[in-house]
Amino acid sequence: MTDSAIEPMIELRNVKKVYDKKVVGLKKVNLTINKGEFVVVVGLSGAGKSTLLRSINRLIDVTEGDILIDGKSITKARGKKLRLLRRNIGMIFQNFNLVKRSSVLRNVLAGRVAYYPTWKTIFNLFTKEDKERAYEALKQVDLADKVYARADELSGGQQQRVAIARVLMQNPKVILADEPTASLDPQTSLKVMEDLKMLNEKHGMTVIANLHSVELARKFGQRVIGIRAGEIIYDGKMSATPESVFTKIYNGGEEDD
Amino acid sequence: MIDDSLTQLPKKRFKIINLIWLIVLIAGLFISINVTNTHISVLFENFSQFSDIFVQMANPDWSYFPTVIPLLLETIKMAVLGTIIGSALAFVYSLLIARNIIKNKLVTGVLRFIMNIIRTIPDLLLGAIFVAIVGIGPVAGILALSVFTFGVVVKLFYEAIETIDPGPIEALTAVGANKLQIICFAILPQVMTYFISYSLYAFEINVRASTVLGYIGAGGIGLYLQQTLQVFDYAKTGTIILVIIVVVVLIDYISSKSREALMK
Repeated sequence: MTDSAIEPMIELRNVKKVYDKKVVGLKKVNLTINKGEFVVVVGLSGAGKSTLLRSINRLIDVTEGDILIDGKSITKARGKKLRLLRRNIGMIFQNFNLVKRSSVLRNVLAGRVAYYPTWKTIFNLFTKEDKERAYEALKQVDLADKVYARADELSGGQQQRVAIARVLMQNPKVILADEPTASLDPQTSLKVMEDLKMLNEKHGMTVIANLHSVELARKFGQRVIGIRAGEIIYDGKMSATPESVFTKIYNGGEEDD
Repeated sequence: MIDDSLTQLPKKRFKIINLIWLIVLIAGLFISINVTNTHISVLFENFSQFSDIFVQMANPDWSYFPTVIPLLLETIKMAVLGTIIGSALAFVYSLLIARNIIKNKLVTGVLRFIMNIIRTIPDLLLGAIFVAIVGIGPVAGILALSVFTFGVVVKLFYEAIETIDPGPIEALTAVGANKLQIICFAILPQVMTYFISYSLYAFEINVRASTVLGYIGAGGIGLYLQQTLQVFDYAKTGTIILVIIVVVVLIDYISSKSREALMK
């Protein structure tokens, strides 16, 4: 990657989020994330990592400030405009959020609904091309044999990979991963992170992942952002980040160095 | 040192309020008996008559059987149509009053108020109202059963919708889906089996309810029930009752078996 290719993908400008007029989620956050980056966000539970991620695709409405996705404001978008912006932002959840009673194929196809007029999706009129594409996506996460299985027949790790296939189907420019490995064992976590890396490298998607595990953060992140009490307290290249930074983020900077 | 008073099971304290409630209940019982003039003796005074009727009914008039069949079929048709129409209405209405779909509390509040009013009307009164509106015949019965089914299914179904896992809704929102797509992909797959199950349950109730609707002229086998009772032809009444019992038991059995299978 050459430096000339650096273009902002997500810009947060003075973003503030206050819950119920009291609890502060984010305090005046300014942040720019460039195209093609793999960013990990670390911080304690309740520090505001989830709030940050959910503000970006507006699952949460911010109290103040503006967020631009590829130059377009998502905070001001309504209706169809908002849905089209969201189409460009995939999301991976801690609890996978699959429809457990539906088949794996239908869960993957759900990633595509924003590309279709409503009536076609209601009558399940997906094109043959898209069904093939869904199968391709499942192949990429090694779940081709589970295409007609019901989602609740799969293990946690497999379900998370179905969710990744759903994101592949959505074909977004950005992926937000909110604690994608928090409910998985270490080996499965690694596999899921490898899949995210594949999306980043092979498909050029910008990835922002909230992680609890410093180990995984170190292994996969190119850039690390530390959050404490709704503020960004660290932002830098992973390769240039000393261990002390993580201690500081997780221990509230109580150590003296 | 161990406190001596705690080594033994302490006596439960006597509460005066409980005694007062007991007295109030017994007094209430006696007052109601006196006001309504209900005496257990009334039941036994005519007991011989009761056993008389029972003996007559226990010897059903089987020659009456072929006459009963067409109206029996009409009754079942009424129940089927009433269930389908009522459930379909309840389906749409439930989506509009579930607070995890419609966020506007004013809309859901008003619609729920209307629903609660409809639910308070008993099925026989509904039958009487529709007989007055559309005249005597099965159409009145179908309409009454539709409204009744609506009341049963809408309550159960919207509550089922509100208890679903919100995760898929979030996922579909993030994908860029609109409201209808969210309903179709995130909500309905989670609740469809409940809907079918509740509709079958309503059908069971409807089969039973439809047998008496004829009594007030709303079509079905109830008409013969009324006619035979009026002329004291208990043998024929017995035939009707037996046929109804067989049909109800059969339908209940099939319906509950299929509901069990659905929930797997």
